[in-house]
Amino acid sequence: MLDKLKEIEKTALESLQSITDQSALDAWRIANVGRSSPLMMVFAEFGKLSKEEKPVVGVAANRVKVALESALAERAEAVKNAALAKSLEEEKLDVTLPGRTKHIGRLHPSTQQLRRVLDILAEMGFQVYTSREVETDEMNFQMLNFAPHHPAREMQDSFYIEAEGREENPILMRTHTSPGQIRAMREAVASNPQNPPPIRIALPGMCYRYEQITARSEIQFNQVEGLAVGKNITFADLKGTIADFVRRMFGEGARLRFRASYFPFTEPSAEVDVECFVCGGKGCQVCKNSGWLEILGCGMVHPNVLQNGGYDPKIYSGFAWGMGPERQLMLRNKISDIRYFWGNDVRFLEQF
Amino acid sequence: MKIPLSWLKNFINLDGLSVEDIARKLTLAGMEVDEILYAGLPMPTYKDGEKHEFKTNGIGWDKDKVVVAEIREVKPHPNADRLTLLDLYDGQQEQVVLTGAPNIFHLKGTGKLPKPIKVAYAKEGSTLYDGHADGLVLTTLKRAKIRGVDSYSMVASEKELGISEEHDGIIILADDAPVGMPLVDYMGDAVLDISILPNMARNANVIGIARELAALTGRELKQPNIQFVTSGDSVNELVEIEITNSELNPRFVAGLIRNVEIKPSPYQIQRRLRLAGQRPINSIVDATNYAMIELGEPLHAFDYDVLKERADNKKIKIITRAAKDGEKLTTLDGAERTLTSMNVLVCDEKGSLSLAGVMGGSESEVTDKTKNVLLEGAAWNFINIRRTAKQHNLPSEASFRFSRGVHPALAEQGVKRGLQYMAEWGGGVAAPGLVDEYPLKLKDSVVDVTSQDVKRLLGIDLTLEQISELLTRLEFKCEITNTHLRVAAPAHRMDIDEGVVGLADVLEEVARSYGYDNIPTTTIADALPPQAGNPIHEWEEHLRDLLVALGLQEVVTYRMTSAEKESRVVKYDDYVRVANPIAPEKSVLRRNLVASVLDALEKNIRLGETLSLFEIGSVFEPVKNDLPNEWRRFAVAMTGLREATAWDVKASPKLDFYDLKGRLELLLSGLRLTNITYAEVDSAPYLHPGKAADVKVDGKVVGVFGELHPLVKEKYNSLGDGPILVAEFDLEILRRVNPTYGITPVSEFPPVYEDIAIIVNDAVAAAAVEAMIRQTGGKTVTSVRLFDVYRDEKIGVGKKSLAYSLTYQAEKTLTDADAAAIRTKIVKRLEHEFSAKLRS
Repeated sequence: MLDKLKEIEKTALESLQSITDQSALDAWRIANVGRSSPLMMVFAEFGKLSKEEKPVVGVAANRVKVALESALAERAEAVKNAALAKSLEEEKLDVTLPGRTKHIGRLHPSTQQLRRVLDILAEMGFQVYTSREVETDEMNFQMLNFAPHHPAREMQDSFYIEAEGREENPILMRTHTSPGQIRAMREAVASNPQNPPPIRIALPGMCYRYEQITARSEIQFNQVEGLAVGKNITFADLKGTIADFVRRMFGEGARLRFRASYFPFTEPSAEVDVECFVCGGKGCQVCKNSGWLEILGCGMVHPNVLQNGGYDPKIYSGFAWGMGPERQLMLRNKISDIRYFWGNDVRFLEQF
Repeated sequence: MKIPLSWLKNFINLDGLSVEDIARKLTLAGMEVDEILYAGLPMPTYKDGEKHEFKTNGIGWDKDKVVVAEIREVKPHPNADRLTLLDLYDGQQEQVVLTGAPNIFHLKGTGKLPKPIKVAYAKEGSTLYDGHADGLVLTTLKRAKIRGVDSYSMVASEKELGISEEHDGIIILADDAPVGMPLVDYMGDAVLDISILPNMARNANVIGIARELAALTGRELKQPNIQFVTSGDSVNELVEIEITNSELNPRFVAGLIRNVEIKPSPYQIQRRLRLAGQRPINSIVDATNYAMIELGEPLHAFDYDVLKERADNKKIKIITRAAKDGEKLTTLDGAERTLTSMNVLVCDEKGSLSLAGVMGGSESEVTDKTKNVLLEGAAWNFINIRRTAKQHNLPSEASFRFSRGVHPALAEQGVKRGLQYMAEWGGGVAAPGLVDEYPLKLKDSVVDVTSQDVKRLLGIDLTLEQISELLTRLEFKCEITNTHLRVAAPAHRMDIDEGVVGLADVLEEVARSYGYDNIPTTTIADALPPQAGNPIHEWEEHLRDLLVALGLQEVVTYRMTSAEKESRVVKYDDYVRVANPIAPEKSVLRRNLVASVLDALEKNIRLGETLSLFEIGSVFEPVKNDLPNEWRRFAVAMTGLREATAWDVKASPKLDFYDLKGRLELLLSGLRLTNITYAEVDSAPYLHPGKAADVKVDGKVVGVFGELHPLVKEKYNSLGDGPILVAEFDLEILRRVNPTYGITPVSEFPPVYEDIAIIVNDAVAAAAVEAMIRQTGGKTVTSVRLFDVYRDEKIGVGKKSLAYSLTYQAEKTLTDADAAAIRTKIVKRLEHEFSAKLRS
């Protein structure tokens, strides 16, 4: 009987070897471990065995049963894996075919840059203040310490608006966002005339200058200014605030320098250069070989401007700085022609 | 402003400072050096990876190879008539040098020169500019045979040495130039090209820059040594001055010099003038220009004898006055100019002589025959000079300075310096004295400064002594008292005010002198104002984000347009008009944002299969003779394909009315707006009358949208062949309608879904049917979605089938019977209201 069991096991395992699909596997199971398989017949005839044979054959038959079942399970797993592998192979795609796209929207690059700047300013406590784009000469120039015929007016040639009887105070397109400084200060003073509150604002918006439109000059451009007014605000605070802004804007370790400069509405005034982020200061086309990029103008708010805003310059002081988002984008992205911005060619816009 | 370094060194010792050191100090102190031109001095060399600091140009001269030499004889060339051979001594040996220089040609064959001619000699192997090339091309001297004669070196022109464009002849140096000396040691130079800020007109001269450098380095400023011999009758006996308006002409100084010789100035003077951007003319004109560049006072030279003749040999009377409107003057450029009352004239009793502060007149100008010169130095009102120079388009070195303000104190100094140079270079002798009318004395400002002021505004602690030291370097006169420093502005500055403004003016000088770099960086100690944000701005940015999320590309267009361009969309009677437009198509401020976005769409029409653009910006409504109203709007323009084409997406339908409407619906829901209705459009004739709608929130129109009217589309050159969808919303109105906040709780119980289709007359609006379903279904019907609109003869002509997907939901588990009961009610109601039939 033990020989028979051995024979059953050997034949069954041998026939299992060549099975590669599920139906053959099912047939093998019926034939070898099914109810009427030779092995089961051994169990069926168990009662006929002698008392001595019973335990020996019983153990052997069980061992064969376990062996066949586990061999079956193993084979079943292999067959399943082979089938899966085959179907995966058959489903293979050309992954280099282009995907199906969607028409997606984007913000204009100037808006993106304005947001970067305004987000930083908001973190620093400077909140957005917007004001009108068409202004009076008084607000755009006189209140900001540009006397009539002042040479500095030549730096900001203006578009004038047709109006009669306004020779003393013509209407013009604002040349900078600075008239907002006066408007914001006056609003703050009106809110508490006895004790005007401190001011920390960011003034973004479109500005206009009379220029020919060329690769380097445009008639309209965005500007963002920061303004702080309060008590005991110093030039050292200005330097600290600008350094903080530059660090957030251009990254830790961005070197900067303050160069004395002139703006009618600030005194002392400075231009701020950052080390050229294109060449790392070695000198390149973008920085015109100087290693520095002029990125913003700043200064202590001129006493006349404070006065015009309603803040007594003997008690209050402040600083302001201004910069151009388009210029920043041009430097950062090596854009050589400013006309791209209002050209609105989607091939340009889609790159941002 | 071009400043040669050698000139600066007349007034300050710059030993130990490189050209770059000097340029850096000036740049940081507000005198930005745009470019350094090397004219002999060694140029810094930058290795790869080394930091450049300034834009540089020019060449350095090799110490060993470019030297002072003397020509001893000019011999003919054996084979070329126009060339000569020079016997030359370079301090070490004799050389034979070939040249074609015209300015020594006349000496050819005259034998040994009685007095050798000193020249700049470049030996074999030296690198110079090619004198014959167009522009600046470097070349290295190599040995060659020219017409049978060996040539290996040359005598140089200014162009070859990088001093100027001059190549008409070789440089002839002064007789005392030491033979054999390296040329760089004799006259190597570098020129700083400095931008002059509007408040630094005082530094548009050599002494001004030298004074700043003295302050920045703590070195001594050497004052110019003005000395000259005088003889004969005093100028006061010969000339008098009448100033008719001291506001226009605060001071007028004149000096006289007799028996000058009109001849070329010494070479070194010519060289400096060229480096400073001036063309040398002759000893007299050069003296006026040289003194101006040096001290900052523009001078004007008159031919004294012409004036004397005009005065019939009597005492000359110089009169300054405003011109009469229409008065004429021929300026020395030969142009006859028609004047206005803003122009100021220098006249005598016969009439006008020159356009004050801007340009001389032709009649009294210095000529080759001039013997005696009357030299004018004056102060003029900068506004008149500015407007005059602009009006006559006469930007000059003089008007540049006068239009920014020249201190009257400089007039006297300038005239004296001019006379000194005329005497030195033209050989004349000055008459004693000066005629000096100074009716409007400029008071030098006085400002009191305390250490507390410096602390409060600059954030640094300085004693009065320290402040005084910083300001004295810039020639402020300082007086320390117990409590403060009394500071008086020096007599060359007009930019220092008094009082609280004067304090800022002075503190700026303290900061510059102290060095911006040396001021610490601190954090504002003052209180931060309450952080309230800017809700309007934030709302607008949110709107922008929603539009982008809906697949729209933002554009930003010009605010300036033309009425013609806008009239294609809407015609307006009046506009905010630009008085000085740069072009006719930018002559008004826009009133309509759709027109702006359509322009952008048209521009891109061939660049994308789908274009969906939007802009948020202002439009401008005119208010007569006052500031216009600025309204914030947003506009959308779309056209093209609904789906992006791909290799398996061949034919996408074109965008139509409902694509735009769907996006607007999402936008409004993103703004949390409810109670939105769409109605026939009221006031947008640029839209297709059957494919346009007003959008109302709470019954109020917030915007309009639809398909562009075919006639409007025709007015554009190319808007493609698909429908153009546009929308325009008023942000002010949209922002003011109240959003709905709060959300409906999500039910725990399973919903029942059911579709019904009903047949109604074509004229019945879908929105009316939907409203009726919702009203009848009540709260249990939580969603009504139209999923099909179907027209067919089988349904009936003039009929349509509307198929809805309904969702029933309640705070309990609904049975099919519950849903059926509601459905029956809805169908009955629709049958009653719209004669609808349930489609089986």
